[in-house]
Amino acid sequence: MTPEIAVTVRGLTHTYGERIALNAISFEVPRGEIFGLLGPNGGGKTTLFRILTTLMTPSGGEASIFGIQVAQDPAAIRGRFGVVFQEPGLDPKLTCLENLIHHGRFYGMRGSGLRNEALALLGTFGLAERAGDLTETLSGGLRRRVELAKALLPGPDLLFLDEPSTGLDPGARLELSAELQRLRKERGTTVVLTTHFMEEADRCDRVAILHKGNLVTMGPPEELKKSVGGEVVVIQAQDPAGLGEKLRERLGHETRTVDGSLRLEHPRAHELIPRIVEAFPGEVKSLTLGRPTLEDVFIQKTGQQFWNAEEETAGKAA
Amino acid sequence: MMNIFLLSVGTLWQREIIRFLRQRSRIIGAFGQPILFWILLGSGFGDSFRLPGTSAEGDYLEYFYPGILAMVILFTAIFSTIAIIEDRKEHFLQAVLVAPVPRSAIVIGQALGGTTLALIQGVILLTAAPFAGIPITVQGALAAVIVMALLAFALTSLGLVLAWRLDSTQGFHALMNMLLLPLWLLSGAVFPAASAHPLLGWLMAVNPVAYGVAALRRCLYLARPEAVLGLPDLGLSLLVTVLFGLLAFLAAVRFAEKSGG
Repeated sequence: MTPEIAVTVRGLTHTYGERIALNAISFEVPRGEIFGLLGPNGGGKTTLFRILTTLMTPSGGEASIFGIQVAQDPAAIRGRFGVVFQEPGLDPKLTCLENLIHHGRFYGMRGSGLRNEALALLGTFGLAERAGDLTETLSGGLRRRVELAKALLPGPDLLFLDEPSTGLDPGARLELSAELQRLRKERGTTVVLTTHFMEEADRCDRVAILHKGNLVTMGPPEELKKSVGGEVVVIQAQDPAGLGEKLRERLGHETRTVDGSLRLEHPRAHELIPRIVEAFPGEVKSLTLGRPTLEDVFIQKTGQQFWNAEEETAGKAA
Repeated sequence: MMNIFLLSVGTLWQREIIRFLRQRSRIIGAFGQPILFWILLGSGFGDSFRLPGTSAEGDYLEYFYPGILAMVILFTAIFSTIAIIEDRKEHFLQAVLVAPVPRSAIVIGQALGGTTLALIQGVILLTAAPFAGIPITVQGALAAVIVMALLAFALTSLGLVLAWRLDSTQGFHALMNMLLLPLWLLSGAVFPAASAHPLLGWLMAVNPVAYGVAALRRCLYLARPEAVLGLPDLGLSLLVTVLFGLLAFLAAVRFAEKSGG
């Protein structure tokens, strides 16, 4: 019997020297869910990913997969999950089929059964004609598909994907997403993926947002977006701080300054636009209206722009 | 579990061989090098190996030949372990590390791959033994192949110890050159311990590769043991070579177990 909870993380903490990469993270992923870890690079996603896939031991807290603690018995749970790493892990000097066959043997598969299964999977991913080609001759998108086929070969109940969309064009990203949905439907496969693409996170059942090692919020993408408010108006102004002050005093609306622009969240923000423009002539340079996205959720919870957070952490690392 | 262990060893070994066969430059190097020596030894250049001031023709060539065998095995075995660092760079190894494969199986597969490649070169070069004036017999040749295999396994494992610790091939080359050349020079491959300075003689006595070379000499002169007097006897030489291989192998497994990939 496979437990109903695929992944449990409790108070997971990891530090590299002084730097805290993960700060007491807790969450659960039920079986059959597609769970996204969203965050800028350097937010702690990769550390969490390496701990869950048994490549690293956490400094504190626990992580278990199907009820088995990762740090205590890594050997017992390897083989229960498939992994697609961010970096391509194929052997360039082997063909697609050979890559799969070698991989299958690490999971105890062999003979014609293994060969047939590998060929069938390559067929599913539209690679039947490339089965005999060296993977070094494949395009990046096709290699990703071989990687996915490889990870799925042993028929894992749980699939870890680290930034699966990196290097894929938008069409291929949609295809990948459809493939994951299909796997969930047909095999009940649980998927845990990391991403820094909003659209990819949008297609997950639930998303956890990681920022500077903290889990800032978690929930279904729609609910998270609703929590922001109905609409968002972004105002570019000559003097953002001054304008923000005046908006509060004169119109009674709270705003937030993020990277030099003012953000106003309101259920019916579009009705405010004419009033803002008329009340402060000359002070508004430009103004945009939008529905909240996961990026707005990130901004609301962290007070930072998603992409700037990324640069900031990258700068620190360098 | 045993099933996965053996399948993994086999598949990693097979992969090393396939990768070797698909890289033409490696094939040319592997077969070209012994053939080059073969031509050099076979076509009458033997006299060039004479030391100035000595009269006995070809004597030094005959002495040096087992040393060349050892060198070929040493370098092929150890440099084949660079593949491990490349596997890490290409991230192939990452997928193996999260598979239910014991680390010891990974190391055995890698070690056997390197051993096989070194042995192929060694065997080709072994056929040149008569040109060097060595009175080799069939039994002697077979025994020499076994010794070469043991030596190759030990040296591949030694290379793996470093390969699992390092993440750049440059670092590997630097360390290996520092380590390999002395191991070979002080193995009795170039000069005998008997005529060496006492300090060097002592170093040679503790150099495990020296016992591998001694075992190789004893096999080559199986029919004429009086020609290799003064060397450690065959039993001791084999014992040290096997122990050396075992220790290096266990150390490599230990580092592999610590490695996160």
